[in-house]
Amino acid sequence: MSAGLKMRRVAQSSKLSRAAGMIAVVIVLALVSAAGWGDRGLLSLLMEFFCYLALAQMWNLLAGFAGIVSLGQQAFLGLGGYALFFAALRLGWNPLEAFLLAGLAGAVVAIPGALVVFRLQGAYLAIGTWVVAEVLRLIFSQVAMLGAGSGISLPVAFAKSVKMAGLPRDAVLYLAALALALATIFASYMLLRSQRGLALTAIRDNELGARSSGVNSFTVKLMVFAATGLGTGLTGALLYLAKLRISPAAAFDVNWTSYMIFMVVIGGVGTLEGPIAGTLVYFVLRQYLADMGSWYLIILGVVAVTVMLRLPMGIWGTAARKYDLSLFPTRRRVVFEEVTVAQQDRSRVPETTAH
Amino acid sequence: MKAIADSILSGILLGSLYGLFASGLSLVFGVMRLVNVAHGDFIVLCAFLALAIQHVTGFGLPFLTLIILVPLMFVFGYLLQRMVLNPALGPDILRPVLITFGLSVIVQNGLLQGFSADSQKLQGGRLETASMPLPDGLAIGAFPLLTLVVAVALIGLLQWVLYTTKIGRALRATSDDLRTAGMMGVNTPHLFGIAAGIAMITIAVAGVFTGIRTSFDASAGPAWLIFAFEAVIIGGLGSLWGTLAGGIILGIAQAIGAHFSPGWQMLAGHVVFLAALIFRPRGLFPRRVE
Amino acid sequence: MLLEVSHVNAFYGDFQALFEVSLQANTAEALAIIGANGAGKSTLLNAIAGNVATKGGSIRFIGDSLSGLKPWNIVTRGVTLVPEGRRLFTSLTVQENLQMGAYARKGTDWTLPKVYELFPRLKERSNQAVTSLSGGEQQMVAIGRALMSNPELLMCDDLSLGLAPVVVQDIYATLGKVRKSGVTLIVVEQNVQQALSFADRVYCLQEGRVTLEGVARELTLEDVSRAYFGRRGAA
Repeated sequence: MSAGLKMRRVAQSSKLSRAAGMIAVVIVLALVSAAGWGDRGLLSLLMEFFCYLALAQMWNLLAGFAGIVSLGQQAFLGLGGYALFFAALRLGWNPLEAFLLAGLAGAVVAIPGALVVFRLQGAYLAIGTWVVAEVLRLIFSQVAMLGAGSGISLPVAFAKSVKMAGLPRDAVLYLAALALALATIFASYMLLRSQRGLALTAIRDNELGARSSGVNSFTVKLMVFAATGLGTGLTGALLYLAKLRISPAAAFDVNWTSYMIFMVVIGGVGTLEGPIAGTLVYFVLRQYLADMGSWYLIILGVVAVTVMLRLPMGIWGTAARKYDLSLFPTRRRVVFEEVTVAQQDRSRVPETTAH
Repeated sequence: MKAIADSILSGILLGSLYGLFASGLSLVFGVMRLVNVAHGDFIVLCAFLALAIQHVTGFGLPFLTLIILVPLMFVFGYLLQRMVLNPALGPDILRPVLITFGLSVIVQNGLLQGFSADSQKLQGGRLETASMPLPDGLAIGAFPLLTLVVAVALIGLLQWVLYTTKIGRALRATSDDLRTAGMMGVNTPHLFGIAAGIAMITIAVAGVFTGIRTSFDASAGPAWLIFAFEAVIIGGLGSLWGTLAGGIILGIAQAIGAHFSPGWQMLAGHVVFLAALIFRPRGLFPRRVE
Repeated sequence: MLLEVSHVNAFYGDFQALFEVSLQANTAEALAIIGANGAGKSTLLNAIAGNVATKGGSIRFIGDSLSGLKPWNIVTRGVTLVPEGRRLFTSLTVQENLQMGAYARKGTDWTLPKVYELFPRLKERSNQAVTSLSGGEQQMVAIGRALMSNPELLMCDDLSLGLAPVVVQDIYATLGKVRKSGVTLIVVEQNVQQALSFADRVYCLQEGRVTLEGVARELTLEDVSRAYFGRRGAA
């Protein structure tokens, strides 16, 4: 004789996410191997793709998780780039050290920056971040040692010294970008999976990312801001290490933010999958619109505005909501199942999956 | 120190223009809690449109273009508000910022496409170079003085509208309590459109005056947005005269900075702004309740 | 029949606040709506005023449907709401608040002088900021503001909120004068005694449903508590 018992189990992963997880592992392995067989053009493109993806993920983290709309991420990008060039040109450091300095510079400037800018709210905060970026642009335009307004180039020796485990420069930069992108995705994933993330996800399922900031704590916002400052600094260093030349107008260009916003918004703010989808769309569009000059940005702008008005949750966000999709297992769902307990073994407590 | 006095004087005159930039931003934020990130780009748009109107109509004096520009921009502002911005408004602060940022990108690049990257300038004729002598060997430019007069007059007109007319009352009431204003018969989407239209009028005037004062190009918008924004923050939210004062303080800061080194002009303004933000986050003349 | 609400449902997002609610008001009547907190009384008034979306049923005022109309259009038809919590315009003076009432619809019955006649205390304070007024005076401004739209139907949501009993008496006495001038009244009132003594007819709501409708004079306290608290009976 047996008694039917309804057990509740709290599960975070779904069949879809488990399948996606396995596919993801395969994809990542394939991507890593590309360092070995990819040609320069492909590696260069992929490197850029993963840098942009990292930028999108970080902007998404700020806006979707901490409720901070930043129009000034280019501040950290430029800062990271210049830190690297400074370390290379004036300090004589090696690429790895210079790279780390870039991240440090981003984090270090983010903290006082946040203290000033967090005095503002909402849209004013957004413009405040833009002002900070502008201030940096102006300052760096005055620093003669770093080329002032016309910018400066990276010494050839430094660029040549970017090598690792016998891999050529392009491969190293590519792997670094891949690592950066994966790190940002992982960090976002861990945050969303945590307790705070639970509150965020629950609210976000009903409304757009920014309002869903169940995270009101000043310190958490500060930490996220500093972390994205660090990450964006590293990304900037990588991008300009690849470009070999930096100038204030380019490094602190607000269009960096335009691209980040486009990628995140098209994909869907506040989701992990959204920025990935958005970056893909961005790169596809870029391939087709590359020779159209200003029309390229006009079209990006029109698409972004239209998506925001009509599909406020982005392409992925809308599809995810409609078909209840989630590739990354961050949502907790209650699973009901029948468990039978043999009468003789009533003393044995059925196993539960603890979460 | 004659040079410093000169700087302060020109700073006041420049600042009045910034106050004018900021008045539209301030009005729109007060009524509908919307910050239009494309504000600066619309000012540039008006400067370019003035150029185009001059080209088509053959108007000698740029001010005459306002005859066409003012009603045109009012209608444009109204329609933009009702069709694009009203749908963006809501409890989510993310959307209006991103949508207006998108508009900024569209306008800037549209101007780039339509007018090329060349720097332009509106010609003010003799008015630009004329100056009036003052005691102590100081002199005041006729055009900057005119700018001050127009800025003060326009802001004064706005205040008059807000505090004596029926629609001004409705604007203030809507700013206080949107829902209840609707309950009293205010068609709020329409009123938002009117507010946006009024803001566009200030933008049109600002565009023409700035275009005469200095050369501009398609990418000048963000800098002007930042000046407007800084003027509002320094002056304090919720008061048009406060915004004007904020603009003037910013202008003086920039002028003094420029006195020491041209590269320092903008930075000096930003530094004063950041100082105001750190020490007086609510501004110098904040409204009681916001 | 001046107002006919028929089988109306109202929702806040997914939450249903009114279930098939029906109500009628005749010209020059005074109706009271009573019920516990959260019963849906405010929601009902707001639904009539156009602030809350309704599904199914109909709301007819002098024969014309009000369903789906925006609040500012409903005011021009002659239906005005004095909202819960008064909701005065804080940066406007007393007089400016009153003037806002006449924004969309003016008339000759209730002009500024006539409102001041009804509330002499407000005339003294006409240029003061409304935030400097006492609770009772603020309520007067709220009512005066609504009157300025010359409504045929005036709805008042929880007038006695936060006010001393003496002040409440005052306000209801004034409402009596308003009623005599021919305005139809619907008041939501927490205080059952007050509701029963003021109104001609009473509706009781419980959890979004009408549980009682009757002539005030004819209702017993037992009828009311049963309807108020539901199946569990009088407390």
